[in-house]
Amino acid sequence: MKINNLKNFAKKIRKNIIFTAYKAGAKSAHIGGALSSADLVAVLYSGIMTFAKSKTKIDDNRDRFILSKGHACLALYSALVEKNFLKKKDLESFEADGSDLLGHPIINKIKGIEFSTGSLGMGLSLAVGVSIAAKKKKKHFKTFVILGDGECNEGSIWESVMSAAHFKLDNLIIIVDRNNYQQTGSNSQIMDLKNLKQKFTSFGCDTHEIDGHDIKTIYNCLKLRNKKNQPKVIIANTIKGKGFKLFENNNNWHHSVITKTIYKEILKDL
Amino acid sequence: MNEEKNIKLWSVLGMRASFGLIALELIAKNPDLIITTSDVSTSAGLDRYKQKYPDNYIDVGIAEQNLIGISAGLSSEGFKVISTTFAPFQTLRCCEQIKVNLGYMQNKICMVGLASGLVLGNLGFTHCSIEDIGVLRSIPNIAIVVPSDPFELFKLLEEAINYKSSVYIRLTAGANTSIINSTNYNFKIGKAVEIIKGEEVAIIGCGNILGNCLEASKALMKKGINPSVINMHSIKPIDEQKILQVAKHNKLILTVEEHNIIGGLGTAVAEVLSKHNCNCKLEKLGINDFYAKGGSYSYLQDIYGLSVEKIIKKVLLNIKNEK
Repeated sequence: MKINNLKNFAKKIRKNIIFTAYKAGAKSAHIGGALSSADLVAVLYSGIMTFAKSKTKIDDNRDRFILSKGHACLALYSALVEKNFLKKKDLESFEADGSDLLGHPIINKIKGIEFSTGSLGMGLSLAVGVSIAAKKKKKHFKTFVILGDGECNEGSIWESVMSAAHFKLDNLIIIVDRNNYQQTGSNSQIMDLKNLKQKFTSFGCDTHEIDGHDIKTIYNCLKLRNKKNQPKVIIANTIKGKGFKLFENNNNWHHSVITKTIYKEILKDL
Repeated sequence: MNEEKNIKLWSVLGMRASFGLIALELIAKNPDLIITTSDVSTSAGLDRYKQKYPDNYIDVGIAEQNLIGISAGLSSEGFKVISTTFAPFQTLRCCEQIKVNLGYMQNKICMVGLASGLVLGNLGFTHCSIEDIGVLRSIPNIAIVVPSDPFELFKLLEEAINYKSSVYIRLTAGANTSIINSTNYNFKIGKAVEIIKGEEVAIIGCGNILGNCLEASKALMKKGINPSVINMHSIKPIDEQKILQVAKHNKLILTVEEHNIIGGLGTAVAEVLSKHNCNCKLEKLGINDFYAKGGSYSYLQDIYGLSVEKIIKKVLLNIKNEK
């Protein structure tokens, strides 16, 4: 796998994210959390997952991706454009009246969206159900979930983590986008997550902690086979708003409007 | 048919134990069935099922939000799924998971709420369930059915696991349930069953409390009043046609339910009557929007006016006022 291809894919995702947010105008968009997960999503779609567009039907054997932190949907939509599930033009319908592409993903298997997400704390339970189903049906696809760190405030996350380990789901990969922020402040201010790695490990997961923007590291960590009978957890240390100096670690860009002036200015960062 | 022989046995066992037995028949015909629970295999009568079909049984522990999520995930991969736990935890505890996974996304599962209504009154209102219908009724894409006895549960489950949407099955009463349906009959979700055809007064009920309605109607007959008794097992979709027909031919409709009078069967009937400008009096018997002190099933039925005597009294009072 050429790391450069993955990097290029990530760049395209970032480009699509800010393009969509800019086109959304005053409707505004979740920007920071989409950009922090951009590299993770990029590596999954361009280097890891079996996930190809079929003209006739939904491929039953494709890997399943569940964006539990649904507000980062711009990263998902952007990847789906690059994988030809969506057209670039579709991005301009983001949050428009009657659109398929709202501010949180809506289930649309033909277009590559496995589940509706956005109400936090629910995606991993679905993933556990899907992973159990895969085992029962002896299917070889894997299920990848991205959780937000703020999302880990939800008790339901820990119900599902407990069950993922209990059911020995070694076909399940959980990635935590650890950008250290949530809607109105830093994790430590709002609800301190303390040592996430320790938490997941003590729940029985094989837990790794990596730089969530180092493409090669992400790739290698995802490529690593799950330990037998264990779900794999990757705590990906990221930067909210990553890729654009104006947005990085600036929580005002959790959900905001990109004006024409700002759009022109930040394009230079690409 | 075989099931008719089972009617008596099932009624002795009650809804929950019967559910466990019926599950054994369901799995024989549906190898892709998975039953998910939250640590209630014994309470749901599922111990035999669990031993015999370990691959078709998943206990997610005491974690009802996860129960719905996992069930929806299994369903999205093509399994038929029945989830079950006690009614308050099967519904309100995981209400938003039901909304998003089953209502909004339309993943299809069948939820069985055990011991709903007032039967667990000795345990207090944490374990009674008088709000489940009202809460779930406001979520699109979920059918709500309250079987009147285990025989009806048998018929319902067969239809529910193949129904076009998710279904909430609300089980009422304990062991030794009243037999509401003593012979075979046509059952269909959304179609009410007229058990007794009478005149002037119609009692519409759902769940095993229909036993009280039937007893009350017998007593009333001795007094020269012949109420119809209608089993409105499906609260959603509701049988509008039947309600309109009843409204047309009766002066008084009495709804009887083990649920808050806000949001339940009575409310659903009232909505139909008002939608069609029906000129028929409606009396709603049920939990009058308060938590009583706990106690036995019969104690609470009396407190809330659902006992045989109280139903009779209510009918007589209305008829007297009429005259």
